[in-house]
Amino acid sequence: MLEAVDLQCVRGGRTLFSGLGFRLGAGELLRIGGANGSGKTSLLRIACGLLVPTAGVVRWRSEDIRSLREEFWRDLLYVGHANAIKDDLTAAENLATACALAGVKADGGRARAALGLLGLGGCEALPARVLSQGQRRRVALARLALSEAVPLWVLDEPFTALDAAAVECVQELIARHLARGGAVVYTTHHEARIAAAVALRIDLGTVHGS
Amino acid sequence: MLAALRCVIWRDLTLAMRRRSDFVTVLLFFVIVVSLFPLGVGPEPGLLRTIAPGVIWVAALLASMLALSRLFAADHADGTLEQMLLSATPLGMIVAAKALAHWLVTGLPLVLMAPVLALQFDLPQAHFGVLVLSLLLGTPVLSLIGAIGAALTLGLRGGGALLALLVLPLNVPVLIIGAGAVDAVASGLGAQAHLLLLTAFLVTAAAFAPWVVAVALRISVE
Repeated sequence: MLEAVDLQCVRGGRTLFSGLGFRLGAGELLRIGGANGSGKTSLLRIACGLLVPTAGVVRWRSEDIRSLREEFWRDLLYVGHANAIKDDLTAAENLATACALAGVKADGGRARAALGLLGLGGCEALPARVLSQGQRRRVALARLALSEAVPLWVLDEPFTALDAAAVECVQELIARHLARGGAVVYTTHHEARIAAAVALRIDLGTVHGS
Repeated sequence: MLAALRCVIWRDLTLAMRRRSDFVTVLLFFVIVVSLFPLGVGPEPGLLRTIAPGVIWVAALLASMLALSRLFAADHADGTLEQMLLSATPLGMIVAAKALAHWLVTGLPLVLMAPVLALQFDLPQAHFGVLVLSLLLGTPVLSLIGAIGAALTLGLRGGGALLALLVLPLNVPVLIIGAGAVDAVASGLGAQAHLLLLTAFLVTAAAFAPWVVAVALRISVE
């Protein structure tokens, strides 16, 4: 489904990686590893179309994502480093906004269930301002529970700030998505245990000199 | 798609309501700047009547500058902008929705306040209609053109001052035509031509500015 060919990324005069390619099919999991500054986030942003690679191309169902644009983004769920959570909105409102932007339907009942699944039951009406870092991350990740129909998930460090129970829950969500035939790309420093038929791994090398 | 646009407008209005100080500041700035002129220029009715439309328009222009830097900055800082760039809804439409919400919060109050402030300048009440109408057509243009500057200066240090330098010259035509509308009525010519021109500005800006903003945002986020 997702295919990257000969990607090169140069940031601030440094070549982060070059000649990088992968091919990800339905039900496959891709973990991107590497040290800080090795270009994990850049690679994810390139795969989403937020960043244009210096060279190479990313294809979704054999078409260049830069010509597909909205058609590709409809099939994509991206949870970035930043949680995209507004302090002045409640947890439920934040989730509803994120889903509306992604074009995912989330009526009140399903949204409550998703927040409950992530262990936020009872916090729906609290402004995000009073939530802890981990709870904010959970609000951002509650989208996963509502995005069964979105084939490609791209998750940047999904497990940061989460406690063991929440990590377990997110791993379970990812495993279920893979079993449904979805594809997941993620980065992490933790050793995640996710049941997947095919688990690929890319380790970005240490920082290259210019 | 419409659901997403409704959601963006609703969200921006809710955020504004929960953070009222942000837009009340803009409104008070407008009131104070306009009120300083009669105090500074002196109580000469003829002179005040002549400068009234220009002063109100310039103050509206400066007040709209004040609010612009916040248009995308908060969304950029917390990652919501990335989600907007990756939305299934075309970015230009989302930008248009944001600009509309921004105008409702920072532009519309100025339009409604203008006749009250015009009283300080002894502007004839017969001209209030044209003043309000010209602002009603002109302030959305200021928001739309300003959004281009806000998107271009996103994430830059000292972006606020640069934003004003970029956007103020672009707004000159709107200022000339807008302030000219009331003068035209006062001189007995009628304001129809000015109002039609302002409408043309508005239609053009509404049709093209959001897409320019979308391109600028994609560049800024990279």
